[in-house]
Amino acid sequence: MKNARWILGVVLTAVAAFASIAVTQPGVAKAGDQSAAAEVKIDNFSFGPASLTVAAGTTVTWKNNDDVPHTVVSDDKAFRSKALDTDDKFSYTFTKPGTYNYFCSVHPKMIAKVVVQ
Amino acid sequence: MSRFIEKNVEKDGVDRRGFLKCMAWAGTGALCVMKGGVLKSFALSDVMQHNVGDFKGDLSFVQISDSHIGFNKAANPDVTITLREAIAKVNALPTPPSFVLHTGDLTHLSKPEEFDTLAESLKSLKTERIFYVPGEHDVLDDNGRMFRERFGKGAMGDGWHSFDRNGIHFVGLVNVMNLKAGGLGSLGSEQLEWLEKDVSALKSSTPIVVFAHIPLWAVYPQWGWGTDDSEQALSYMKRFGSVTVLNGHIHQTMQKVEGNVTFHTACSTAFPQPQPGQADSPGPMKVPDDKLRGLLGITDVNFVRGKHSLGIVDSTLA
Repeated sequence: MKNARWILGVVLTAVAAFASIAVTQPGVAKAGDQSAAAEVKIDNFSFGPASLTVAAGTTVTWKNNDDVPHTVVSDDKAFRSKALDTDDKFSYTFTKPGTYNYFCSVHPKMIAKVVVQ
Repeated sequence: MSRFIEKNVEKDGVDRRGFLKCMAWAGTGALCVMKGGVLKSFALSDVMQHNVGDFKGDLSFVQISDSHIGFNKAANPDVTITLREAIAKVNALPTPPSFVLHTGDLTHLSKPEEFDTLAESLKSLKTERIFYVPGEHDVLDDNGRMFRERFGKGAMGDGWHSFDRNGIHFVGLVNVMNLKAGGLGSLGSEQLEWLEKDVSALKSSTPIVVFAHIPLWAVYPQWGWGTDDSEQALSYMKRFGSVTVLNGHIHQTMQKVEGNVTFHTACSTAFPQPQPGQADSPGPMKVPDDKLRGLLGITDVNFVRGKHSLGIVDSTLA
């Protein structure tokens, strides 16, 4: 009996925690809002911001400001740009929540991520 | 041998005057001579005081690197002209190089017209043959297919290959493909297996020259100037008396000796890059116009059999 009460307590706590996440999502655009947009700049061999948080449905655009080509390639191959020369852009629309780690396949020390909520 | 030979006391095909003439254009360069695995370097102004025999070679070849055809930004708006100047420098050598090694970044953006311009320009090089390895700028978007079709015929895998000249074993490696997030240059297991096999049949007395684009030593990993699995590759060459590693990528000369291995990087023919950590990024460095050619150049390598010495002379376009 003692065990059963303990399990019930854990379950109730989990439900309460889930409910509080579900009702509080401050500052995040509604899922499916196709107009949402965000930008990542490539300067001095780095992505800025290195961590970008967006709502699902947001289109992220990368722009290369460097004198050398860079690429935007997700670690899990979800997206992959061609080589971006100076001033070239690449866009990708994130439809599913999750953390997307990406890097420049030409200069793999350049790593960053997009967090989709 | 050379039109400069006037006296040839040692019957070695090189006289002191001809040699010094050959060295004269090298300007502010440094001369490095390896003997028995120990590298000695001399400022060129000191070279006069040494015996010419210290520097003469049985085999002479040239390394050029990082032509970046297609680059047109402030650091050098016309990289084709500076490539032509580098070619003229090579063609002016008293002893024409047996062959030329291009250690990658032939082009800036892997475009067909960039490869065309490079190939067309290099036709005027007075040498028997040019051997190439790709830089990361040559394999953009097509995994190096175009590079291999045009510059890597007969090579293995992603473009690695080996050949022998005058008893020296040359190995061209590819460390710019399939790079991993957060990592450095990479050779990969398939190439490493090939390399181990490639050198396994050689006598330990065989001098080895390895050439690849990204340095095979940790020059400055924060900027990606190194290769993740280079130690594995070098472990196959521990038993050899003389190993010379020639790289490009960092657009400046640098060298290091570690045991039996001499590491050396060459200048670019296109634009300079900052010294490690001396700028926000390793990108192209804009210098005053009258300073540019002093930071671009070629590398001349001379090998002397029996003396176990390999002389590396960097010279600028200034």
